[in-house]
Amino acid sequence: MNNLLKKLKKANKFSFFSFWILFLLYIGAFLADFISPYPYDCQYRQYSLCPPTKIHFIDKNGKFHLRPFIYGIKVINPYFNEYEIDYSKIYPIRFFVKVPERKIFGRIKFGICLFRVEDEGKIFLFGTDIHGRDIFSRILYGARISLSIGIIGVCISFLLGLLIGGISGYFGGKLDTFLMRIVEIIMVFPGFYLMLALRASFPLNLSSIEIYLLIVVILSFIGWASLARIIRGMVLSIKEEEYILASRALGLSSFRIIIRHILPNTFSYSITALTLSIPGYILGESALSILGLGIQEPYPSWGNMLSSAIGNLKILTTAPWMLIPGFFIFLTIICFNFLGDGLRTVFDPKNW
Amino acid sequence: MKKYILRRLAQFIPLIFGMTLISFLIINLAPGDYFTQLKMNPEISPQTIEEMRKSFGLDKHPIIQYFYWIKNVLKFNLGESFAYHVPVSFLIKQKLKNTISLSIFSLLLTWLISIPLGIYAATKEGKWQEKILSFLAYIGISIPSFLIAMLLVFFSAKTMVFPIGGTTSIFSPDATSWEKFIDYIRHLLLPGIALTLSGIGSLYRLMKNNFLEALESPYIITAYAKGLPKLKVFYKHALRNSINPMITIFGYELSGILSGAALVEIITNWPGMGRLILDAVLSQDIYLVMASLLIGGILLVVGNLLSDILIAFADPRIRLR
Repeated sequence: MNNLLKKLKKANKFSFFSFWILFLLYIGAFLADFISPYPYDCQYRQYSLCPPTKIHFIDKNGKFHLRPFIYGIKVINPYFNEYEIDYSKIYPIRFFVKVPERKIFGRIKFGICLFRVEDEGKIFLFGTDIHGRDIFSRILYGARISLSIGIIGVCISFLLGLLIGGISGYFGGKLDTFLMRIVEIIMVFPGFYLMLALRASFPLNLSSIEIYLLIVVILSFIGWASLARIIRGMVLSIKEEEYILASRALGLSSFRIIIRHILPNTFSYSITALTLSIPGYILGESALSILGLGIQEPYPSWGNMLSSAIGNLKILTTAPWMLIPGFFIFLTIICFNFLGDGLRTVFDPKNW
Repeated sequence: MKKYILRRLAQFIPLIFGMTLISFLIINLAPGDYFTQLKMNPEISPQTIEEMRKSFGLDKHPIIQYFYWIKNVLKFNLGESFAYHVPVSFLIKQKLKNTISLSIFSLLLTWLISIPLGIYAATKEGKWQEKILSFLAYIGISIPSFLIAMLLVFFSAKTMVFPIGGTTSIFSPDATSWEKFIDYIRHLLLPGIALTLSGIGSLYRLMKNNFLEALESPYIITAYAKGLPKLKVFYKHALRNSINPMITIFGYELSGILSGAALVEIITNWPGMGRLILDAVLSQDIYLVMASLLIGGILLVVGNLLSDILIAFADPRIRLR
């Protein structure tokens, strides 16, 4: 791992940074219960669509505070979501605050949160949504969905793709034709439509976990086909190699040859392709969630946090910070793209 | 050539067949059908619903239903929409027109921008111009199309540059057709630019790499050695060889437009196929969904054929084979 990172750094600075940004994002998602100042479903109705809170070090009199602080929020007009900064109130930011009744992953009791201000003051780093929920906290919790769905989805479709591509390429003949026809049929579908149709073939009101699994299954079902095709092509050339002949002469079973001798030779390609195809899964989840077919409220995902800003110009123009989850999607995707490109350079035998 | 096209067409028929069969089965997997929702309505008697179901052939086994559907499609009858009570072909004709014009607009724009940029960057390989362009392309590839669409909607709501949503503004009845056309294009700009921006990056990268590859080939050295001027080498030799792979891409792009445009259409409120299929899928309006999928498949076939024909025109090596 360390070795790989060093090579990555040498190959491409961007992909090295991307790796660490992604690392931070995943840590953030994992520690969401600890980092986020508020629970994801905590509504402050009086602060609906409140703009992001600014963090200050220097107060109005020009005095420097070592401990960062925020000003209070004054509600001017609750019906039009107008707010003003209340300079008379100062809330210093406290770190490692004790919070009663906080649980990690909803199970283990854990009473500390990274930063917070005293109860009357509210710290909304990225503002709030229509229900007055803190967007920063929701982004951290939403990252759990959006970041994990890519990895899990990709793993499933890779298992399928490797296995089917391997079998198809190794055995050839009628089995190959049959499997490749199926692959082609799936690739003929307009992807977005297939995703919708598959989603619609299950009830709309499922529990969050069921929907999560469903989305993973749907995305992997669409995703494995193109991979299987490419793996098959590689297997076709690998199986002509002499060491395959040798292992056949040694009497190894076909299954063992495919798993132990052919597929590992496609790994350097696969890992690159794996990294580069994660964005597709993240996009798929967000697309479904934006349309209201994915993860359901109140649980956040980066996609469904965007959905209330769609088709509602008033929200979009008065509260542009509602688009912040979109930028996190963008950040994640660009990092995976950079990382994938870097890995390609590292794995490319030309550069060894 | 004719034989070649016919053979390609014949390859696609079983694919379309399989695709429609699978989608029919997927839709039938869903619990209930369109009329399940009507059952909630106390004003409609169960007998009426049963009759309606029968008249649409929904009381039969899905496979039999599918063959009925195929039979009708071969007679150019796409069936009737449950929700709108009009022929599906009527609904689709309306929306498909908008989707196709949106796609052609953005496709043209994407190509017109990314091909010259790709060539320019290839000639400046390693210099700051290429680095900036390639970085921008990276952003373009990575930014989700829905985010671009939302940003553009936000931008135009603030500045009123583009009209948002719909295809026309309210007009006096004596507007000329030219004025109407201009108005249509103005409405097309917002979704069109969103799609274009999300498409430029990858096409630019492909073109750049193709051109670079062409520049490194031996025939370019020969051309230089003959004493041809640089521009002539570029446009006569390198360009013509590097554009061939792009033509193949064009076919795939054409087939991808239905899918690619759908989400942007929904977000920017452009009345195309996107919204139609979303509603159709959700309300289990089977024949409408099937027709949309069929069109997607047909576009794929047309796109592939078109790129085959185009590449035969562009590349004599393939034409002669």
